[in-house]
Amino acid sequence: MGGFWLTGLIFVPTLGAFGVLLQGDDDSVWRSAFIYSLIPLAMSLYLFALFDPARASYQFVERHAWIPQFGISYHLGIDGISLFLVILTTLLTTLSILYSGGGDIEVRPREFCFMMLILETGLLGALLAVDLFLFYVFWEVMLVPMYLLIGIWGHGRKIYATFKFVLFTMLGSLLMLVAILYLAGAARAQLGHLTFDLPDLYRVSLPPTVARWLFAAFALAFAIKVPMWPVHTWLPDAHTEAPTAGSVILAGIMLKMGAYGFVRFAIPLFPEVAIQAAPLFLALAVIGIVYGALVAMVQPNLKRLIAYSSVSHLGFVMLGVFAFDPQGLQGALYQMLNHGVSTGALFLLVGMIYLRRHTFEITEFGGLWNSVPMYAAVFMVVMLSSIGLPGLNGFVGEFLILLGAFLHSERVAWVAVSGLVLGALYMMWAYERVMWGPITKSINATLKDLTAREIAVIAPLIALILLMGLYPRPLLDRMEPSVNLLLNRVAAAQVRLDRPQLRTVAALNPRAESGRLQ
Amino acid sequence: MTQNFPALALILLFPAIGVLFNLFYGRRAGRGAVNFAGPAVIVLAFAVAVSAFIALLRMPAGAALTCPLWPWIAAGPFHVDLGLRFDALSAVMTLVVTGVGALIHIYSAGYMAEDADYARYFTYMNLFALSMLVLVLADNLLQMFIGWEGVGLCSYLLIAFWFDNPQFAYNGRKAFIVNRVGDLGFLLGILTIVAALASHNVWTLNFAAMQRHAPMLQPVATLAALLLFFGATGKSAQIPLYVWLPDAMVGPTPVSALIHAATMVTAGVYMIARLNFLYLMSPQAMEVVATVGVVTAFFAATVAIVQSDIKRVLAYSTISQIGYMMLGVGVGAFSAGIFHLMTHAFFKGLLFLCSGSVIHALHGEQDMNKMGGLKRKLPITYATMLTATLAISAIPPFAGFFSKDQILDAAFGSGHGWLWLLGVITAGLTSFYMFRLIFLTFHGESRVAPDREHHLHESPPVMTMPLIALAILSVIGGWVGLPKGLAWGDAFGRFLAPIVNHPLPGVLAPPALQVESGSISILLGGISLTAALLGIVVAWLLYRRNPGLVDRIAASLAALYQLLWRKYYIDEIYDLLISRPLFWVAAVPLNRGVDRGIIDAMVDATGLTVEEGGVAVGKAETGNVQQYAFIYLLGALAIVAYYVYRVMR
Repeated sequence: MGGFWLTGLIFVPTLGAFGVLLQGDDDSVWRSAFIYSLIPLAMSLYLFALFDPARASYQFVERHAWIPQFGISYHLGIDGISLFLVILTTLLTTLSILYSGGGDIEVRPREFCFMMLILETGLLGALLAVDLFLFYVFWEVMLVPMYLLIGIWGHGRKIYATFKFVLFTMLGSLLMLVAILYLAGAARAQLGHLTFDLPDLYRVSLPPTVARWLFAAFALAFAIKVPMWPVHTWLPDAHTEAPTAGSVILAGIMLKMGAYGFVRFAIPLFPEVAIQAAPLFLALAVIGIVYGALVAMVQPNLKRLIAYSSVSHLGFVMLGVFAFDPQGLQGALYQMLNHGVSTGALFLLVGMIYLRRHTFEITEFGGLWNSVPMYAAVFMVVMLSSIGLPGLNGFVGEFLILLGAFLHSERVAWVAVSGLVLGALYMMWAYERVMWGPITKSINATLKDLTAREIAVIAPLIALILLMGLYPRPLLDRMEPSVNLLLNRVAAAQVRLDRPQLRTVAALNPRAESGRLQ
Repeated sequence: MTQNFPALALILLFPAIGVLFNLFYGRRAGRGAVNFAGPAVIVLAFAVAVSAFIALLRMPAGAALTCPLWPWIAAGPFHVDLGLRFDALSAVMTLVVTGVGALIHIYSAGYMAEDADYARYFTYMNLFALSMLVLVLADNLLQMFIGWEGVGLCSYLLIAFWFDNPQFAYNGRKAFIVNRVGDLGFLLGILTIVAALASHNVWTLNFAAMQRHAPMLQPVATLAALLLFFGATGKSAQIPLYVWLPDAMVGPTPVSALIHAATMVTAGVYMIARLNFLYLMSPQAMEVVATVGVVTAFFAATVAIVQSDIKRVLAYSTISQIGYMMLGVGVGAFSAGIFHLMTHAFFKGLLFLCSGSVIHALHGEQDMNKMGGLKRKLPITYATMLTATLAISAIPPFAGFFSKDQILDAAFGSGHGWLWLLGVITAGLTSFYMFRLIFLTFHGESRVAPDREHHLHESPPVMTMPLIALAILSVIGGWVGLPKGLAWGDAFGRFLAPIVNHPLPGVLAPPALQVESGSISILLGGISLTAALLGIVVAWLLYRRNPGLVDRIAASLAALYQLLWRKYYIDEIYDLLISRPLFWVAAVPLNRGVDRGIIDAMVDATGLTVEEGGVAVGKAETGNVQQYAFIYLLGALAIVAYYVYRVMR
């Protein structure tokens, strides 16, 4: 194992970003950016092919000392939890660049492509980092291009949106940094040396009060990113004002970083606290599901509607994460991918209509099926995926999450299912007002249907919607070992909590297994 | 005993090919190709179903043909694999869906001859057939749910087929949403079953395996059965979720015949029969099913007697007839419920197609007050519709007589006399509103608008041939289930018996199966036949003999008439109690209150965000952002640096 696969994956986009800067005219900028984004996509697919489905631990590990005096290492790895998010990142970046070259971004395309590729580096780095400090560096790296994307290429109240985005995210990530540093300090006290390496940090045992504060810091940073209710209000503004590509990456991948952070860091580092905090997070998740859906229903603006729908969908993800059973957690990981595919596609579609009409207001549309039937039909498929129609991808994730939640706590699942009705309600109502009925504005009668480029952008996502709905096993099977590894940690913590007197025994036998929490 | 029968996959494959062809090549290939391909794939599926049926008949009773497909969902020990199961129960359903479906597809080619969107129409119709077949052939509950929601999707798309009309679009969405509400019950029912089995470390939703492990489900049987039944009240349009079906009639009439009469709406009955082992464990749940069924049957029939829209009468009639089926399965007479499902598919499919023929002839007119005297102009439609009306009115020897008779017999045998009585009264109402429909439409003086009068013509053969085929089935379709002792007796019941009657040890056999004396059965049949004939006579008196009388009665019972005419104001009540409060909560306290009023106000109050700088977008502002962001970043880095220093020291 090893080699330079992951380093290559992370930094090819960076090289590409500078390569783009060397290009002359706009056309060659777009062309080269697209090609540079194809390389990591191909690499990630090749990783998928080489990935050993039976292994739970990190694969393709690279480990080098980086700042040894501070115990900071350049440690990368990929497992069943991050594998598909990596592929999702490379795919959505490619599609976003391909789409943006079609007229969506007209000013400063060179800088735009530069930002997109740097953003990809940040995202991939954060997903692949096994060292907490390294993770934090990439976590911040992805923030900068995103707020520049919104601030420079956004619409309308972009200033307000950018600041809200930065304010919320920084608030969380600073606290997280403090927690990371404290944790490294604690590691020095126990292990004898400073370390930011995740496997090392797993072995650090903290006094409950300290663990609680550190968990809270991590959890806040990640909860803002998810975003969980009530720290979600930056999202509708950021989405609405972001350029299409920004929204796609923001919804498709950056939001997943929050849930990923819980799964990768907050929960395995502080499993006891996570178990104790689970009722709170389950409650917030369920509130998010219902609240997001209800508020989405009354939005007059398509992008805001989709943004609030993300609050609802990510509520499902968090529900699955904190159910702490294989069904819930695998469902949550699957739902993260589904949301990336379907919401990414929704933002692309909304962007396409914005290009034609320069508005997101629902009342400006009506009867579009008459003028752009292919667009409307594609939108229908994506909508059905988003509302979890069985046979499409969304259902697989939602069902597993609900099953996991039901096995964990029936009451929570009973409330959460209402999200399925509300989800159908706001999506279909919006669809009806945009696509059906008579054409009320004459300008809508002459719109052009999807172009070849737009079809090329959306077709892979449609294919994934069908494929992931009908044959999810190649994905679920590869997630399972890593998910079980994590759940074993949680189960061991549960044992320690249940029977404090056996603390030492459990510590000696951390793989103590229990199918699910009682 | 099961036998692998890979050809079962073809039953799904043909409609799937139809969907893809019509979707991608329909417009290019042209109307002729679509009109051929759309029905042809269903006919092919029917042919495969018939061959599977023959293979099944050669096997011992209770056998099944199976066809595993591929592994689907898995997480931890939970896993669901897709597969098909063709036993006596799914055989009946598959033959009905593909057989009646094929006839309605053929009819559609004529009915939609002038519609420009023929390719989209047949795409949806084929997709519906595919989903419905997934539903009936599923060998596990979760796969059934794929079909269950899939048919709901097609229903939504086809109700809103002429989406230019905002009302039609709304009605389509209403159907989907109401069904989704029911589906929550279905989903929670599935989850309840999984959890109950999982507590014994059994992880399956396969019907055969569930049945093997049925005793583990005993503790949750009532809950699970009722949750699933709630789903059935949505799909099968029973109280309290029937409200979408009358509004579904705005779709093309062949759609009403196929989806909203013959097949999809009976899915709930099929589901209960499929899960009979679960329902048999809970007498309470069975009682709820039977009660909801018979009350719905009566309630919908009372609404049907005053409606003037021909399709609306048929819609309420469908709700009422499914109520009968629910009554049947609710008293444990599963095969009787499925028997009525089958005969109903023949005669109600036919009634809708006939109404379509009338509407087609009248260029879209659906108000029976503007019809009358059509029997000479539309002789085939008249004859076939009369046949179907006699069948639904349960006049022997037409099909409906035998199936309804079985259900009422079983209801009486259940020991709940009032279930039977309400069923008999409803039988009288049924023949009344159906003959009212016949008299208003085909008899008496013509009330057709003059400009439509001279266009009047019988439908083309592509439409009348399916009418005749279904009329023949409406006559002879019931003969497979004759009363005991008559010729071959209840062959249908014997065919289904090994699949649907599984009294478990410790659970009483359903009361309906207790032997009754033949003379009581004949007496019961006589009573319900009398009620049916009485309904016809009253209809004749009111609408043929003395036409003015109806208005006088309506005037003297104005309040009651209004109540029925406005369908008990149920839609208005739902709107007031559910829809409006929901929207108000979303818009005012949540969106305006919590989101913008509290959370955002707090964020803005920190003063760290800038005020909106208007909509002007320029480079200067962009520069500003970067400047602010940079300062902010510096500050942040300073804090971080301090902590780094503290920790590393």
